[in-house]
Amino acid sequence: MLRHSTNLSRNGLTDWLLQRGSALLLAAYTVFIFVYLLFVKEVTYAHWVALFSDTWVRLFTMLTLFSLVAHAWVGMWTVLTDYVKPLGIRVLLTVFLFLLLFSYFFVAVSAIWGL
Amino acid sequence: MKDNRPTNIDLASISGYYFPIPALASILHRASGIALLFGMGFLIWALSKSLHSEQQFNEVALFFATPLAKIILWIVVSSVIYHFVAGLKHLVMDTGIGETLVGARIFAWGVLILSFILIAVATYIIFVGV
Repeated sequence: MLRHSTNLSRNGLTDWLLQRGSALLLAAYTVFIFVYLLFVKEVTYAHWVALFSDTWVRLFTMLTLFSLVAHAWVGMWTVLTDYVKPLGIRVLLTVFLFLLLFSYFFVAVSAIWGL
Repeated sequence: MKDNRPTNIDLASISGYYFPIPALASILHRASGIALLFGMGFLIWALSKSLHSEQQFNEVALFFATPLAKIILWIVVSSVIYHFVAGLKHLVMDTGIGETLVGARIFAWGVLILSFILIAVATYIIFVGV
């Protein structure tokens, strides 16, 4: 049996479900932000801070950030295992992916909770 | 043991294959996903900076008015739109709808046409304004 220790849940079905669940959350958040930016005529700093100070928006943003990390991990794992055959390069890229996603998460969380 | 697992063709040899529309829709889904891995970094940077202080918010606003930022934003927004529409197709097909050769072709065309229209609208909004 083929095993890849770098997949997210060590189980293909769970990864598959994670990809779908996170996709729904990311889609909902995308629509939310698009609608906000399109229908709030002028986004001022005060509006912007007020939006991300709202507890529900923060909660929604946090859930979306978890989804982003999981979704990108499963997706990039699929792409990397499909196209990058040399193990050394793939491990290197996987480490880079981990650091990138971790820094995204850290920067976004500090931005939201640092208000 | 008979190996029934799908094989992956060498990426460099891809232009030598017959490339049906569902394959094009699929490869664009992957390509837009890879673009978004970096695009999200741009958006999170902008989010972080814009929330930091009013001065930095204004700096971000000024930057987004430059052609360079608009081009980057256009790439990110177009990738979001395509990845979103192609992802919806996956979710619909996961429920068993359209799981035929004809269905796959119709859905693939649908994804390309719908995302083209939405990207056209986004292009207008980004470069011309609402």
